[in-house]
Amino acid sequence: MHIPFFSKKTNGSNGNGFVISMEGIKKIYDTGKIKVEALKGIDIKVKNGEFIAIVGPSGSGKSTLMNILGCLDTPTEGNYELSGEKVSKLNREELAEIRNRKIGFVFQNFNLLPQLTALENIEMPMIFGKISSAERKHRARELLQRIGLEDKEFAKPTELSGGQMQKIAIARALAMKPDVLLADEPTGNLDTTSGSDVMTVFSELNSLGSTIIIVTHDLALARRAGRIIQLKDGKIEKDAITENGK
Amino acid sequence: MNREELKIIFTLFFSAAFLRKKRAILTIAAISWGTVAILLLLAFGNGLQKQLLTARKGMGENLAVVWPGETSISYKGLKEGRRVVFWVNDISFMRERLPEFEGIVGEMTDWSSTLTYGRKTVTAFVTASNWEFGEMRNQIPEKGGRFFNAIDEKERRRVIFLGYERAKELFGKEDPVGKEILVNNTPYTVIGVLKKKLQMGNYSGPDSHRCVIPLSTYVAQYGEQRLHNVVLKISSPEKMKPALDRFKQVMGVKAGFSPEDTKALHIWDTVESSKYLVNFTVGIKLFLGIIGVLTLLVGGTGVANIMYAVVKEKTKEIGIMMAIGAKPKWITTPFLLQSLFYTFLGGFFGLVISAIIVFLLSFVPTEGSMALEFLGKPTLSLPIGIFTAFVLGFVGFLAGHFPAKRASLINPAETLRYE
Ligand SMILES: Nc1ncnc2c1ncn2[C@@H]1O[C@H](COP(=O)(O)OP(=O)(O)OP(=O)(O)O)[C@@H](O)[C@H]1O
Ligand SMILES: [Mg+2]
Repeated sequence: MHIPFFSKKTNGSNGNGFVISMEGIKKIYDTGKIKVEALKGIDIKVKNGEFIAIVGPSGSGKSTLMNILGCLDTPTEGNYELSGEKVSKLNREELAEIRNRKIGFVFQNFNLLPQLTALENIEMPMIFGKISSAERKHRARELLQRIGLEDKEFAKPTELSGGQMQKIAIARALAMKPDVLLADEPTGNLDTTSGSDVMTVFSELNSLGSTIIIVTHDLALARRAGRIIQLKDGKIEKDAITENGK
Repeated sequence: MNREELKIIFTLFFSAAFLRKKRAILTIAAISWGTVAILLLLAFGNGLQKQLLTARKGMGENLAVVWPGETSISYKGLKEGRRVVFWVNDISFMRERLPEFEGIVGEMTDWSSTLTYGRKTVTAFVTASNWEFGEMRNQIPEKGGRFFNAIDEKERRRVIFLGYERAKELFGKEDPVGKEILVNNTPYTVIGVLKKKLQMGNYSGPDSHRCVIPLSTYVAQYGEQRLHNVVLKISSPEKMKPALDRFKQVMGVKAGFSPEDTKALHIWDTVESSKYLVNFTVGIKLFLGIIGVLTLLVGGTGVANIMYAVVKEKTKEIGIMMAIGAKPKWITTPFLLQSLFYTFLGGFFGLVISAIIVFLLSFVPTEGSMALEFLGKPTLSLPIGIFTAFVLGFVGFLAGHFPAKRASLINPAETLRYE
């Protein structure tokens, strides 16, 4: 089955063919008492259609990096270009626009809106993106079908299992046909089976052309990606292509 | 924003707040109370102002009353301490030489006339004046009667116009018009009775007790030639001051006093005193309005508190919405709407309660009590409504703005950080 918005986007990269281009990214958390240098100069270039796993010990700066990649946070120093746009120079309003149009973010703890149904949760980004009501409903149902949860349209998050919630969250992240799909330990709160299930969704999406970056502790899952970036103490220790990436 | 989107926003933001019914109800009650306070205070202020101004007009508008006094400085060889006299003849002189006045009448007053009707006799003051007095001094007759006219005056008819209290005193429930009464044993025909009116400020006595007869009749009967006072009417208030200056000049020459002499004439310029009255009532309304606004602001802080609580409670949801691309406007608008909703709901109840109170007060009899007649007539008006709606909007906006601002500054990364 060919569903258009799962397919590879060609407008997602700049002239160099990079969706993401990071140079010298530093992040310093200043809590007043102490300063934590969470990222100490990160350079990453991501090509369209890549599937990247970020690994590293706890506190190495994975989430910090993902937040910056997802425009949820801004770097203290360095340049970040997303689809050719200099993101580090944008204001709150513009960042919201970028998060809506170019990024799909999946969290470890799902972060669905508890008052809304599965379908409404998937619709939310499209509401912010000013997609017409009919188009919104159509896309949301298609996505539900794609993740195999079409019978859960009216279910509230509390009525769903962890794996189902995470799939809804992935569907929500895909709703605006983002340039990149970011997921910070998407399987962290799931048992092995659901975790593997969710990972399969990512693999399939990638095979259909989506650019995906995930953080994971699970090396077995990481190996299913095409490239693994290893962080340590806020720096990239290793950046290598896997068997799948060749 | 279409209906569906509004529904979603509603579920997201309003649901939690409505669950805290008690708090919401208390806050709405506070806003209602503030609205009632502001509306009623202004309504009373308005009623008071209206009554005061009608009362002021009760005597007639744009008038000045002038009594001749005693000179305090010498004038053209005449020593100070002379009595100034206005004669009956001076009326036509004044009318000729002072055309800036729209009307000029002279008055004589007999302080202790005896009035007799049948077996009833009372001692009362009787005013004699020109026929124009009726119009100028707002002597509107009850149905079936009239004030005396130019012919009555010319023919020196013995006709009398009675104040309504005086008429009641003499005639009880009987209709006085057409009846004959004795004024100092001379028969006069009652041609009219003054219609009830609210009057504030009077000289020689309230119009409700005044009996008026033609000046010519009085002069013929008693041979009196000195006027007790004159009443001047001007077409518009701002002309009063210069016209009175001219009056002093013209009459100074005629009656022999210096226009600078402050004791020569006693002048009551009602235009001037009305100004104070208006300022006074505006001041009262301002004062009452400020109290009302402050009361509403207190209610507004209640709404703001609820909003802050909602922001706190919804921090995570707000973070999620921001993470998936909600612009600040999407976050702030629902808070503003919600705050305005509470405020206007409270305002609506307040308006209804105030309207009921004002409506019920209109049934309270106020007659007979001066204080009630002035205070017991609260009036709600469009400007008051607009003002109150404006204040409510302002309070609601403020109460929503700051919490909304706080919400829009939520850092999504910080909020959604997984521990
Ligand atoms: N908001 C913050 N304020 C202060 N320090 C922070 C903040 N967020 C992260 N840090 C610190 O920055 C460093 C990197 O944190 P980060 O969450 O990026 O690590 P991580 O690799 O995601 O770890 P984990 O595997 O436990 O999720 C840590 O030392 C952390 O304590
Ligand atoms: Mg982390």
